[in-house]
Amino acid sequence: MERAVPWVVIDAATGGGVVNLRELWHYRDLLYFLTWRDIAVRYKQTALGVLWAILQPLLSMVVFTIFLGRLAGVPSDGVPYPIFCYLGLLPWMYFSGAVARSGASVVGSANLLTRVYFPRVLVPLSATLSALVDFAIAFAVLGCLMGWYGIRPALSVVLLVPVAALTAVAATGIGMWLAALNVRYRDVQYAIPFLMQLWMFATPVVYPTSIVPERWRPLFALNPMTGIIEAYRAAVLGRPLDWSTLGVSALSAVLLAAVGAWQFHRMERTFADVV
Amino acid sequence: MSAPVLRVQGLGKRYRIGGPAQRPGHLREALVDMVASPFRRLAAKRGTRAAQEEFWALRDVSFDVEQGEVLGIIGRNGADKSTALKIISRITPPTTGRIELRGRVGSLLEVGTGFHGDLTGRENVYLTGTILGMRRPEIDRKFDEIIAFAGVEAFIDTPVKRYSSGMYMRLAFAVAAHLATEILLVDEVMAVGDLEFQKKCLGKMDEVARGGRTVVFVSHNMAAMRRLCERGLLLERGRVAAAGPMAAVSDLYVRPGREQEEGARFNPRDRRGTGWARVTNMRILDEDKEPVAARPCDADLLVEVTIEVAGGAAAGSSLRGLVVELVVCSDDGQPLLSLMNVDDTGVALPDSRACRVLVRLPGPTLVPGRYGINVFVGIPFLQHVDEISEALAFGVLPPVEPWRPYDLHPSRGLICRKAEWSCSDVLSRAAPAAREAS
Repeated sequence: MERAVPWVVIDAATGGGVVNLRELWHYRDLLYFLTWRDIAVRYKQTALGVLWAILQPLLSMVVFTIFLGRLAGVPSDGVPYPIFCYLGLLPWMYFSGAVARSGASVVGSANLLTRVYFPRVLVPLSATLSALVDFAIAFAVLGCLMGWYGIRPALSVVLLVPVAALTAVAATGIGMWLAALNVRYRDVQYAIPFLMQLWMFATPVVYPTSIVPERWRPLFALNPMTGIIEAYRAAVLGRPLDWSTLGVSALSAVLLAAVGAWQFHRMERTFADVV
Repeated sequence: MSAPVLRVQGLGKRYRIGGPAQRPGHLREALVDMVASPFRRLAAKRGTRAAQEEFWALRDVSFDVEQGEVLGIIGRNGADKSTALKIISRITPPTTGRIELRGRVGSLLEVGTGFHGDLTGRENVYLTGTILGMRRPEIDRKFDEIIAFAGVEAFIDTPVKRYSSGMYMRLAFAVAAHLATEILLVDEVMAVGDLEFQKKCLGKMDEVARGGRTVVFVSHNMAAMRRLCERGLLLERGRVAAAGPMAAVSDLYVRPGREQEEGARFNPRDRRGTGWARVTNMRILDEDKEPVAARPCDADLLVEVTIEVAGGAAAGSSLRGLVVELVVCSDDGQPLLSLMNVDDTGVALPDSRACRVLVRLPGPTLVPGRYGINVFVGIPFLQHVDEISEALAFGVLPPVEPWRPYDLHPSRGLICRKAEWSCSDVLSRAAPAAREAS
């Protein structure tokens, strides 16, 4: 036996309570395999396979470029609209994909939850982690795109690491919240695509923050994805970061994530009974 | 004596069952229902809780399991043995009570959980292993042993959706059986695969049970339970009915006589079919046509089935032409024999909207114990009109006039018949020939 024997007490407490970090650590291999399973299975039996990870943002970008960039003439802060738009779609698609996937994850693993115990957090967590692979692939396309337009990434591109981590945290927290709600109210799974669509237009994905009236900007920054997406653009293109917007957005991202995680933790014990 | 490894105190589990099911019958009703349901739910929140019925699956269950002990939980279907295991393995929380565990718990509740068809055998071993709580190095160490046990070495890199169901089950069981937790919970895993593999599973469980691990078994297989477990716990309707040495507890479980305590009541809970005609009652009768809960083994078994055309069925519907089948099952749901009204000895249903069918099964047929009857009304292969699993439970008592000097025991087969015996002396006729040869 490799470890000290833990004591576990199971009682009728209705949820909440402390998070068993030691247990989470013990199950780290499971997180790895769940994530890996999601990735391995994702494009099984598709003709285009992993190309889908490239096609989705690329085609969206083309559509938005034609309709918004060309026809509607949406400004793009002096960058070619395709680059501008792709830089917004890249984090957005990760975010919305991760939220949708983790939101559906718990109900999707119902047969596991009702048969085996393991820390339930791993289910939505592995969903957001596996979405990172698509994100990374789409990033490679960004490189090609920038090469095509002759734009060199700025050194500040290293800032993307913490910003990407923040995106993942926000997506995981919100995904957990929706996942827990979805166990009780399946309405959530119908609401998620719609919610994500609305949310996208409330976020500077296909348009710049600069077209939002000045006095609404603080409110606009409360949307966690506002600061995050602007930070992606600033970091890659080497433009000055709007620290105050990013700060507000980061704070709201962390807060939302914390609330989501707490809600999940509060409800996870009864998942097997309700799902 | 050291503290118990598993201590269960006052365990209770309550489920809420919704009020009487209001199932919409028409699309229009379904749509109205869909629109109304959020409002109904809101209304329910405002304190009209009366519509909800409470049901205690477990009540006041307490027991201890010492280090290295092998405990068997027995009880008939619906005694919620599995609920107890699910609570101990933390799948679902208890409503009352407390459980203390000294050690990691591994559970083999359902074989094949977590398998993904698109992944190869190797990948699934790792995935399922970690789901069950193993660490990766642990699986690395046991990997060869696992695939050898399952006998799928040649296919280990093939997606499991291409496996035969036998291979699939064997691999799934093999992973679970190599779990090395301090406490192991096992629910009915002996019932997988072919006979040979079942033997292997039992052997493995034997090994586990004797290996000093703490194990809690749940099974219907009394023979296996007697062999594997030293201590037994009998659950009856969610309560502990008896606890002690397995041999004594299991005797209590199969003891004839107790059958009378529970009436043979018609129970249409598990029902399927189009429902235009329905079985509305089933009874066991004695020779005076009085309803009883049990019959002696050597008496004829009389089953009365009432069938009626449902109120909503088209005018002019009649029972004529319907096939009625009774399937007598063992207490754990294993079908034993089927009786049909289209047999040579059967009877056709009348051209009416209701009828009562009487079936006489000559005794002795069933060994003393508990049995159930599934009923089917319809046209085989064409139409399920009404099908009820475990529609009726009844008891069979020891024979009034025993024809053998020993007890009839379920462990020696559930069917008992009086056979005709004869004997011819073969040896003495062969003997002269043998003498000549020498």
